[in-house]
Order: sequence, then C-alpha cells, then structure tokens
Amino acid sequence: MIFFLMRRLLQAVAVMFVISVIGFAIQDGLGDPVRQLLGPTATDAESTALRHSLGLDRPLWMQYLDFAGDAVKLNFGDSYFFHEPALDVIARYLPATLELVAASAMITLLLSVPVGIFCAIRPRSWLSRGLMGLSLIGISVPVFLSAMVLIQLFSIGIQVTLFPTGTGWGQWLNQLLSIQGGMPAYGRGNPVHVWGVWYTNFASWQGLLYLLLPALSLAFVMLPLFVRLIHAEMLEVLESDYVKYARARGLRPSRIYFLHALKNTLLPVVTLGGVQIGTLVAYTLLTETVFQWPGAGLMFLDAIERADMPLIVAYLMVVGLIFVVTNTLVDLLYRGLNPRVTLSGRAA
Amino acid sequence: MALLEVEHLDVRFPLRHGEIRAVRDVSFALDRGERLGIVGESGAGKSVLAFSLLRLLSRPGRIARGRVRFEGHELTRLSDRQLRRIRGNRVAMIFQDPLTTLNPVLTIGQQMIESLKAHRRISSRRARSVALQKLRQVQVSSPEQRLAQYPHQLSGGLCQRIVIAIALLLDPDIIIADEPTTALDVTIQAEIIALLKHLCEKHNVGLIVISHDLGVIGRLTQRLLVMYAGRIVEQGPTRAIINDAQHPYTQGLINALPQMALPRQPLAQIPGNMPSLSQVPAGCAFHPRCRYRLTPQGQPRRDCSERVPEAVVSGESQVACHWVRELIATLPIEEETI
Repeated sequence: MIFFLMRRLLQAVAVMFVISVIGFAIQDGLGDPVRQLLGPTATDAESTALRHSLGLDRPLWMQYLDFAGDAVKLNFGDSYFFHEPALDVIARYLPATLELVAASAMITLLLSVPVGIFCAIRPRSWLSRGLMGLSLIGISVPVFLSAMVLIQLFSIGIQVTLFPTGTGWGQWLNQLLSIQGGMPAYGRGNPVHVWGVWYTNFASWQGLLYLLLPALSLAFVMLPLFVRLIHAEMLEVLESDYVKYARARGLRPSRIYFLHALKNTLLPVVTLGGVQIGTLVAYTLLTETVFQWPGAGLMFLDAIERADMPLIVAYLMVVGLIFVVTNTLVDLLYRGLNPRVTLSGRAA
Repeated sequence: MALLEVEHLDVRFPLRHGEIRAVRDVSFALDRGERLGIVGESGAGKSVLAFSLLRLLSRPGRIARGRVRFEGHELTRLSDRQLRRIRGNRVAMIFQDPLTTLNPVLTIGQQMIESLKAHRRISSRRARSVALQKLRQVQVSSPEQRLAQYPHQLSGGLCQRIVIAIALLLDPDIIIADEPTTALDVTIQAEIIALLKHLCEKHNVGLIVISHDLGVIGRLTQRLLVMYAGRIVEQGPTRAIINDAQHPYTQGLINALPQMALPRQPLAQIPGNMPSLSQVPAGCAFHPRCRYRLTPQGQPRRDCSERVPEAVVSGESQVACHWVRELIATLPIEEETI
C-alpha cells in the first residue's frame, strides 16, 4: 500500500514535469505578453523596460529553470493581468468549477445507475428502449448544443402559437405546449458565504437554481456514456453463473440486483468514472463559456486571450494534479470494491 | 406419493429462427432420500431439465407444458415469492464450476450468511455458527478463516466443498447438482463424489445429479435417466442399466466407456452426432444413428422414423424403443450385426 502510494507520487512528479515543460514551451505561440499589457501605443523603451523587469529577455532554458524552481515552491509567478500570484487567482476561481463538476457528477451518478440498472432488468419494456435510444442520441450531441437547447427551453422559454388563438381549445393547447422558461442561465447568482472562506451555490435554493442548468448540461457529457456502460455491464453480469446461483439460493431480487450484480457492474464504471472526472473538468471550458459561469475554465480562456503565461501554466499544472489525484483515488476505491486486486509498488 | 414428481415436462426456447424444444415430454419421480442420475451427451437437455425444475431457465426459455410437483406444490404455478421460499431452502442447487458460481466480490461468510437469512429469522452470530458447522461437515480446513476469504483465494475443490456446504445450510429435501465434478481435477472428483454420497445418505437428502460421466453417476446414484435429444430414452435402476442396458443408445454409451474396450482395440463409439435440438429427426430421435434401424433383411423399420416411441418396460427399466422386446428376443442376430 505504501509502496503503491510512493510509486504514484513518483508518477505524479513525472506527469507534472511533462505538463510544465509543455506549458512552458507553448508560451511563445500565444503572442507577446508585453504588447498585450502595454497596448499598441507603447514606445520601444517602455516595452524593453517591461520585458526586462518581467525577465522575458533571458534565454528560454534559464527562464524554465527559474520557473521550475519557483513552481516547486508553489510559486507560479504573478499573473500579468491580475498582478497577484497566479495560484491565488486560480484558488479564487477553482471552487466555482469544482462545484459545477461535483454537481454534474452527482447528477450523472444519481441518474445513470438507476436508469442503467432498470434498462438491464427490463430490457423489453418500452421505457427502457426509449431511454437507451435517448442515451445513444445523447452521446452524439456536443455539450454546447445541449447547453443552448437547455437555455432555450428552460431559460428563454418557448411560446407555441401553432394552434388558432381565437378558439378556447387552441389557446389551451398553445399554453400547454409552451414553456415558461425563467431559469437563470447566466453566472453564479449570489453564492452564499459559509464558514468564513467558502462561497457556495449548494447552501441556498437560489444558488442551486443557478447551478442547475450548467450542471445539467455538463452532466449530459457523461450521462449517456454511463447509462450505456452500466446497462451493458449489468446485462452481462445478470447472465453470469453467480447471479443464477444467487437466484437458486432463493435470495430476494433486490439483493441480487443491488448487491450481487451491482457490485460487479461498478468495477469498470469506477475505472471509467475516475478518468472522466478529469474530462469533466476539461469540459467546463465549454459549459462555463456558454453559461458565463465564473469558474477556472472561463478564467483560463480569458488568460489565453491575454497571453497570461503564469496563469495558463498554473492552470495546466492544477488540472494535471486533479487528474493524478482522482486517478489515485479511483485505484484505491477499486481496491475496496474488487478483492482480487492488490495494490503493490511493482509494475502492474 | 413421491417427493418430487415431474410429468410430461416440455421446455421451449422461442427464438427468432424458430422454437427450440430442449426438453420433451419428460416424466420421472424422486422419492425422499433417493439419488437419481441424469446422463446424456452435451446438448441433450440435461441441464435445461435441471434448471427448469426451479424455474431458473435463462431467457427466453419457458416451461411450455407439464407439471413439477414438490410435496404437492405445483412449482410451475407458484408465484415468484412462493417459489423463492423453496429455492435454496427445500431444494438446493450445486452448479458446475465452483469458481464462477460464488460471487467474486463477496466473502464466503457473506454468501453463506445471506443464504441463511433469506429463509430463516436468525441473528448474524447464530447464522455464522451454523455456517461454521456446515463447513466442518464438508471437511473444510480452518473454517473460521474461510468465512473471511474471497472465492479467488481458494482452490476449485475447496470452493465446491463450500458450495456443497451452502446447499446443506438449510437442510434441504433435495439437492440438484449440475455436473458437480466436471470442472475439478480427477483426484478431487472422487473426494467430492464420496462426500456428496455420504452427506445425502446421512441426512436422507434426495439428490439429482446431472452428468455426462457414467462413472460419476454409477458411483453416486441408485436410479438413472438416460436423455437423448431432449427425451428420456431409458430409466431404471443404475446398476441394472449399467450392467444390462436396454436402449440401443444406452448400450452405445456404455460400450464407449474406455473400461469396456478390449486391449489394443480402438474405443467403441456411436457413429454420427447427436442432432441439434432445433433439428431433431422425426420418429425416434436416435434412429439415424441406431444400428437396429434396419431389419435383419436390410429393410428400414418404418416405425423408427415415423412414430415417437412410448416407454415400455423391459427388464428392470422403462425403455423408449419400438423394437426393444423383439431385439432382446432375437439376441443372436444382434451379435451377428456387430
């Protein structure tokens, strides 16, 4: 166990190193921060002075060593735009993103497990056929489209005027088919301040309301995939000898489905889920843009536009760290679910 | 009245390309404490028959016709809830491969205790002590330790002992064992057979053993059913059938045993293959492979290919063959045709 964690730590260091090199190496491709900061009207003398004060006139490898030395001390430099440490900026924006990811992961989990199980247990019912069809469509719909559909339906609303408005039944039908909308689809609202340091959307109805549409649209990235995966795994597990044997022992169906079958079904789901948490963080770029959610994804896009190198690199490092940490947690969780796996320091 | 009575049982699998009749018009009975064997080639419908008794057929299999009466309860008509009280409790099952039978992510103890709790109001501590007692009965070493272990940590033979212990947990009236030794080493097979026999005799438990191995069946059972293409072709006392098989198919099976071959002679075999259950020949299903399908004069016997044979008493067995009496009466001719 300790060997496993040590091995993971070494891997994490290697991964972070590679990310830092890549992040550092792309900086020249993003435009000149000096010009971005001073604007087109600056004189040569002004820009040379700023270039020197930022240390951008030295050789690249020296800049990298400087950067790496500071990064080890968790110092990624000051953001060019915010004029404060990059990590502080990220620490300010990241909680909003993490809340969004947590909410959509919860939605994904709470919907995909029951739907996947139901569709596997009752494969012939019309409801499960419909749900499986929907999941197939869901896989193919990109997140920005689903986000805009959600906004149109629940935020803007739809006014149906298909039926003649003069007649009573026409008006009634129009109203029946129209959707009021009115759900917030812009920003975070006013997050509640709890425990002194934490602004959260989870602590108030209004906050949850603001969270709902962005979280739903982000959940649509993973939800169909999870439904299909759980459904397929469950179908396979239900055909297994040990499920048949559990029936032959006269166990209750609920125990067979939710203990014997589900525990085996979850093994691949956990593996995929861990990897996908990282992907969800990446997808927040799109969701946060569409919903103007003030999280790290939106901040990152802004940073790219401003060629704000310290912020970009710090963001990449933080996201890389999130990937490594979630994958390690998933391995530990998998160990808990599957007794056949033992974690060791040796190569797998 | 027998403990278990099966009458005219028909099991069908409606598939897209037509219906497969896996079990056809099967009738037999099992008395309390009796040990019955079901033998036949792969695909003869033995396992389907065994699973249909407790309505454990895989989709889309269903019982199309017939009765399964257990202590007067009509199992084919019981609700799922009522049937669940019988499964594992009054009628227990042992599956073929012990390593895939036990759930890989639950400990032996969890699986034993849940079986008890499904049928008895019993505390976990009490259930644990019953489980330990049964593990000792099947001679599992260090039973306390086993309860905390997972199936993959144990050998196949040990797992099968545990499966037998689970079958005995609730003191059932019948144990149905589907190829209980097929997945095991030969040396372990003998131990498991001896154990099963001993326990069934000691506790007066009825046993239905499915096997394609006449050796297993011969040592374990008192009565024998021989199945071919979904039908019972011969049934009677095990010893009588093995010593003096009546049906041409059973004769072929027994002659094919390696022990029956003369030294340096090739093993005897029945020509051809058993038909697939979707294409069973009309009349007697065995007739295309039967060496008596022609009269001594070389004429095909029309009954064999046109009428399904009824079971008739011959010797100590019931035999489903049109010609079994005549064949026995004319034994010298049979010798010539070999």
